[in-house]
Amino acid sequence: MARNKYLRIAIFTACVIAIQIITSFAGKTPYLTQLTMAGYYSLVIIGLTLLMGYTGQISLGHAGFFAIGGYLSAFLTTYNLIPYKDKLVVTWLAKTGALVMRQDLYGRDILAVQPWAACIAAVLVTIAIAYVIGRPVLKLKGHYLAMATLGFGTIVYKIVLGTGLLGAADGLSDIPGFRLIPGLEVSGKAALRIQNYYIAWGLVILGVTLLTNLIHSRVGRALRSIHGAEDAANAMGVNTSQYKQNIFILSAVFAAVGGVFLTHFNGGIGPSEASIMKSVRYVAIIAIGGMANLWGALSMGTVLNFLSLRGYFGSYDDAVFGFILVVIMLLAPEGLLRTDLFRDIRKRFQHKPSQEEQSP
Amino acid sequence: MGHRTYASIPFFDGMQHIELLSQYLVAGITYGTIYAVVAIGFNIIYNATGIINFAQGEFVMLGGMTAVMLHTLLPLPLAILGAVIITMTVGALIEIVFIRWLTSPAVLRLTIITIGIAILIREIALALWGTGVKALPYFTGTAVTVISIGDVHISPQVLWVISISAVMVVILHFFFTYTLLGRQMRACASNRDAARLCGISAKNMVTLSFVLSAGIGALAGCVVSPITYVQYDSGTSLAIKGFTVAILGGLGNSMAAIAAGLILGILESFSIWVMPTAYKDVIAISILLLILFVRPSGIFGNVEASRLKEF
Amino acid sequence: MCMCMVGAAPGLAEDTIKIGAILGVTGPASFLGAPEAKTLEMLTDEINKKGGIKGLKIELIIKDSGASPEKAISFAKQLIEEDKVFAIIGPSTSGETMKIKGIAEESKMILISCAATEAIVNPVAKYVFKSPQNDSYAAIRIFEQMQTMGILKIGVLSSNTGFGKAGKEQIEKLAPQYGIQIVANEVYDKEATDLTAVVTKLKAAQVQAFINWSIEPAQAIVIKNARQIGLAVPIFQSHGFGNIQYVKAAGPAAEGVIFPAGRLLVVDTLPKDNQQKAVLVQYKKDYESRFKEDASTFGGHAYDAFMILVKAIEKVGPDKEKVRETIENMQGFIGTGGIFNFSPQDHNGLDINSFEMLTVKDGKFAVLAKQATKKKK
Repeated sequence: MARNKYLRIAIFTACVIAIQIITSFAGKTPYLTQLTMAGYYSLVIIGLTLLMGYTGQISLGHAGFFAIGGYLSAFLTTYNLIPYKDKLVVTWLAKTGALVMRQDLYGRDILAVQPWAACIAAVLVTIAIAYVIGRPVLKLKGHYLAMATLGFGTIVYKIVLGTGLLGAADGLSDIPGFRLIPGLEVSGKAALRIQNYYIAWGLVILGVTLLTNLIHSRVGRALRSIHGAEDAANAMGVNTSQYKQNIFILSAVFAAVGGVFLTHFNGGIGPSEASIMKSVRYVAIIAIGGMANLWGALSMGTVLNFLSLRGYFGSYDDAVFGFILVVIMLLAPEGLLRTDLFRDIRKRFQHKPSQEEQSP
Repeated sequence: MGHRTYASIPFFDGMQHIELLSQYLVAGITYGTIYAVVAIGFNIIYNATGIINFAQGEFVMLGGMTAVMLHTLLPLPLAILGAVIITMTVGALIEIVFIRWLTSPAVLRLTIITIGIAILIREIALALWGTGVKALPYFTGTAVTVISIGDVHISPQVLWVISISAVMVVILHFFFTYTLLGRQMRACASNRDAARLCGISAKNMVTLSFVLSAGIGALAGCVVSPITYVQYDSGTSLAIKGFTVAILGGLGNSMAAIAAGLILGILESFSIWVMPTAYKDVIAISILLLILFVRPSGIFGNVEASRLKEF
Repeated sequence: MCMCMVGAAPGLAEDTIKIGAILGVTGPASFLGAPEAKTLEMLTDEINKKGGIKGLKIELIIKDSGASPEKAISFAKQLIEEDKVFAIIGPSTSGETMKIKGIAEESKMILISCAATEAIVNPVAKYVFKSPQNDSYAAIRIFEQMQTMGILKIGVLSSNTGFGKAGKEQIEKLAPQYGIQIVANEVYDKEATDLTAVVTKLKAAQVQAFINWSIEPAQAIVIKNARQIGLAVPIFQSHGFGNIQYVKAAGPAAEGVIFPAGRLLVVDTLPKDNQQKAVLVQYKKDYESRFKEDASTFGGHAYDAFMILVKAIEKVGPDKEKVRETIENMQGFIGTGGIFNFSPQDHNGLDINSFEMLTVKDGKFAVLAKQATKKKK
């Protein structure tokens, strides 16, 4: 059993490597750009699968956490502190090594927070926000939970859209690269493309491993009990609200990390990353992949995001995801990638209790 | 110092506080009525099915856009009638094609389906009508006609919105209280199995609820379009405001929705007085979240009854 | 015209030249992107019918970014690395342009943006140009007009889009230079359906005039609401008002609104010897007959960007470096937005005269009659 769970991850890793080698061979290295972006979106998917699939809590606002991570790291790494050079806070920050003096695209001097510190700060803030929001939100059920998460996502969107410091409608640009360790940098430079592909998917593999361990542990069993029958779980002494909250925070962190890294890769971020349509897209991907089916969600998510980012859906990008939502929820709410899918659909069409009319 | 510039027109020697207040109030009532009508549409479907229909905003948009299209061929009242009927048909179709044949599905799943439907309707509207903005002509007067009481001005169209909404509410109330069909719908809403035992066809009630909601939304869209214009994506933000109001009042309670709509509209309007307008929507949503956290049954909702509602 | 030029130079394959475009055809910037895309298609067809540029047929690749910066970045990389286009027209919005400015410059890809923010060409990047006029010129023209009208206290309204933000910044920056005080400054949501409360705030602040900077239906809504509550002051709009559908939408409320715009809108009233007249008449006629909708100055930005590129290629052939240099030194190019005079320091090429002050009279655009400056006693 222990070998089994890691086998899938190993296969996955092999696929990731294979794709890179194939694209290089076929001379299609530029495809890696969209694949890398899809990889960072997959981090959100992982977190959301955990939340929606394993604890059964829907979130229509997860793009909000992605945006919080992305915007915070963008802001901190580009806000010029030179005018405040003599303030106490700035000198203290400089001493702790959190700041870096660099030159921007046009050769001007900027004193800003260095990417590692910004990343950590973004994640910490996300945890704080998820903690504060999570407690009351997770007490809600069904529609009210959906509405509350939708509300959260909308607030984040309106805030980034309306705040001048965050670039308002234009967003933030000229984000510097993120040097992880000497030799590994998250940035959009063409020369570092292959490196960045592996950084992105390496993170995904890390995330998947974390998830797998979690699910096969005591925590995982507790989660499944919550999903199955929360009251019973409570009666058994499982602290359901604590579990739900922790999973919520974890899924938020996944999204935020995706946001931080993608922002550095893209070199910029805009309010569109926080929009409700984005959150709906994530939910559509989870739905089509299968609520608790991580591999399904990851593969479908990668394919869909890849195609969308390359413009295959043209002007009807949103329509595709809307269509997916409707069709999947209607016919295959457990997702597409199941072996008994066709049998299930046939059953759905045949099983008609006390019918007054046939469906067309 | 005697030359005449725009500053010396007596008009500008300051608005009385009361008149300022009243103007904001009127603005708030305008927004609020629009929200309330959308919320009532939500409530009708919610009462019959337990679903929150995210496509409600799209019904409003469809009503407006279709009416504008028909208006090029028909006189205004017929265009509006035609738009309402067409949208009602769309509502019925949505129910029949997507909702009806699902056997005892999870209500949340249906709600997610309505999100997808809303997106599809929006994209179809984009394909049909493009990205331009459209509006019906003002029912009475023009864009600048106003009825003035002292220094407070209100456009006649706003009065149309308020009066048509009021008439709709009265008719609905009458329908649900005194007609057989309406009573059947209410029976279905409170206890579907018992209703079926009495011979009421639950499925038809559901279709009827969609038809009614679509009709209300469409009529609202027509009467509001001269003020707000309609575009292919007008539906989304309306939907969000609409169900904010529905929840504020207590899901399912249409009378409360009216009050809640007015309250929200007025709050928003006064918030502009004191805060940067950019964060106006943040206020609405924060209120929503607050209500959800503190009193999800809504300001006027019955706490026990809402706990009993199954999801 | 060597037909055997295969694969060697980027953007060329046999007898075509690839030109890419990233536009916000749908989504929040569709007011910009849709006419821009239509204009590009129209021009491509026309030019190809006449045999192309120097015998090369144009292959136009339009990508709809929906005003999403992440899509713009992805498309930019695609167009540059995979489609290997010769040049990129667009994007439609400033936010997107700023995100890909660095990418274009690094990849030495000619980028002619249809967005207006000054930061696109300031600081100058060698390969990046823009075709719309600077927002600051629009603001300056408005302020100059206000001075002649003796207006000192104004209100400023803008929408929460990139367009609105850019205008607001310029207005705030330049107002003091003209002795004008901003006593009310509000940003509203672009989807706002009623702005009565906002204009009431203006009325309470006793503004002598106000400027509205947005391009959505909000433009029409604002002026309607203002007139409804009896705010009878002069209303100034941005050049975003330059689409007759907004005038029609606002009905009588639009009368007397003053705004700076390109001369496309009043082409019929231009004197015969106006340098731009021929170009404008042609563009308006072609656009309106083909697409059955009114031509707008935004589509004109795409026209300018494209034709500048075409002219440069016709002059020196499909050599990227030479074309870049040619554009950079192009003088006296007659476009819809104005007459372009580029230089290595000026990658926009337009000056304040590219804007004409217009107003609405009897439901139509008209040039604003010049008034004598009111002298203060």
